[in-house]
Amino acid sequence: MSISAYLKQAGRVFGAAVLSAAALSAQAADPFKVGFVYVGPVGDHGWTYRHDLGRQAVQNEFGADVETTFVESVPEGADAERVVRKLASSGHDLIFTTSFGFMNPTLKVAKDFPDVKFEHATGYKRADNVSTYGARFYEGRAVIGTIAGMMTKTNTVGYIGSFPIPEVVRGINAFTIAMRKVNPDAEVKVVWVNSWYDPGKEADAAKALIDQGADIITQHTDSPAPLQVAEERGVLGFGQASDMSAFAPAAQLTSIIDNWDQYYVDRARAAMEGSWESMDTWGGIDTGMVSFPEYSADVPDDVKAAAEVVREGIIDGSFHPFQGPIMNQAGEEILAEGEVYDDKTLLGMDFYVQGVQGELP
Amino acid sequence: MNETLMLTVLTIITAATPLVYAAIGELVVERSGVLNLGVEGMMLAGAVCSFAVAHHTGSATLAILAGLLAGMLLASIFAFLTLSLQSSQVATGLALTIFGIGLSALLGQSLVGIAFAGLPSLHIPWLSDLPVVGRLLFSHDVLVYGSFAIVLLVSWFLNRSRAGLVLRAVGDSHDAAHALGIKVIRVRYLATLFGGGCAGLGGAYLSLVYTPMWAENMSAGRGWIALALVVFAVWQPGRLLLGAYLFGGISILQLHGQALGINVPSQLMSMLPYLTTILVLVLISRDRGRIRRNAPASIGQSFYPTS
Repeated sequence: MSISAYLKQAGRVFGAAVLSAAALSAQAADPFKVGFVYVGPVGDHGWTYRHDLGRQAVQNEFGADVETTFVESVPEGADAERVVRKLASSGHDLIFTTSFGFMNPTLKVAKDFPDVKFEHATGYKRADNVSTYGARFYEGRAVIGTIAGMMTKTNTVGYIGSFPIPEVVRGINAFTIAMRKVNPDAEVKVVWVNSWYDPGKEADAAKALIDQGADIITQHTDSPAPLQVAEERGVLGFGQASDMSAFAPAAQLTSIIDNWDQYYVDRARAAMEGSWESMDTWGGIDTGMVSFPEYSADVPDDVKAAAEVVREGIIDGSFHPFQGPIMNQAGEEILAEGEVYDDKTLLGMDFYVQGVQGELP
Repeated sequence: MNETLMLTVLTIITAATPLVYAAIGELVVERSGVLNLGVEGMMLAGAVCSFAVAHHTGSATLAILAGLLAGMLLASIFAFLTLSLQSSQVATGLALTIFGIGLSALLGQSLVGIAFAGLPSLHIPWLSDLPVVGRLLFSHDVLVYGSFAIVLLVSWFLNRSRAGLVLRAVGDSHDAAHALGIKVIRVRYLATLFGGGCAGLGGAYLSLVYTPMWAENMSAGRGWIALALVVFAVWQPGRLLLGAYLFGGISILQLHGQALGINVPSQLMSMLPYLTTILVLVLISRDRGRIRRNAPASIGQSFYPTS
């Protein structure tokens, strides 16, 4: 070949080498996209706030290899499907949908996007590319129920519920059972606000319960409004999903904190490495998914000790929040002594135990 | 039991106050012949601005003023579009509601999750110490007293003052008023600004006292309830106070009902306040004569100066 032909050949080879190197590096730099769908605002200092901390943990752990996006305050319903679909079709590889009401929208979109992996919080339907996860919040309820039972003076505890779904009912029952173990005369009054996050209504519900004699307030809704009312009225309460003592320094005794960081990091890693599989995770105090902040100064030492016994008992298995004998509201024994409810019964719980006033809607 | 009743009534008063503010402002606006559907947006604007000012300056007075001005600002946009540019009042009002909701959410993004101590209750030297009435009527914060005062003021203004007569004339027949030499556009501007300011105060009450925090869309439809209450009250201030307390009362009582264990589904209980309002509105509207007598005849119609 002539010199010019050699040079042309060399040029082509060189050009190809450069292009393929560029292509390879572009592929390697393509970040793994993780999407998060939140039911409330990140600043709720409750449920969504903790999920966002999990997202930040993923971002911090993997740095430039991962790109996280989140959409907040997505109402459960038709709009949810639109948001999940948008995330799935814009290149996200792993999507977390963080509320029970996103269950059907998630499954619908998952069918259309078999290569995208979905993680649905607190749900019970799975698919090949849909996992479910949740935390055993009821274990946390058992600990705070113990505290409430020992500290209530009027023997009435106010419980602000969101929706009458098994998860919330489970929490009410676990709380009541633990409370009555230390104080058989105490009762729980429940008010439903039919929303996960509505500070005005939650505050109204707290006022109604306090006006009816409750001196301890607990909630399964996401804003700090009930605790604010408790602080204003001089009663005590428990925070929900995160430490709400900034809103109620005197009122908050302790709080149930949801800790999603480790789970999110583990699942993101599994998805990136290709070892991700559809499964159900239900972690509790033992795996760190449920934790508590410091007890407030108002909690006496004997109450603290009792709460710690329960908490450690749950971790080592000697204490189960749903261990018989358990009575229903009519006083009949529905669970014999020593027996324990299995996960299936817990997941479908639709009845109140003795000590809860009123009927389940 | 007596204590529970007292506390319940106090809670009802606080629940009704934002409605009173928004509705009394809207009453004045509608009496002047303008239909302002943007109340919800103005309430939220007032809520977010007053909370922002309260958080940054710590002064309750400045915060209340900020809420008032924020509502007025949004109302001035509405007034300019409908009175000077003669756009459709209904469409503009709806647009302003959506605008107010979105704008407040945007401005409030950095405010979510911040705690605020709330306004203190004012203690009036002799009146607050009266046995029952003292606690019930005279141990509230300044905005609740303001709501009582505004209703009295508006009632006197509309029925006993010359300026109120002019306003009612504009509302009943803007053409006749114009022929008399009354400056229709100016009267309507002032009324709209007043209405917006009141809605802003209602919003300020929500974020400063009711739940001392900012949350997106925290008025939760109260602006729309206020609009319904104005019709419910047949455009009379006294009836309006009654309507607001009725609505607030039912909202609170349904929660009490749940706490007492009354066996009605909670979703139905949540619907009760709205169902009651609709029921009363239907009953009132059956007497078409009453509506015709009391409704401002030129409400919702744009004014085109003919000379």
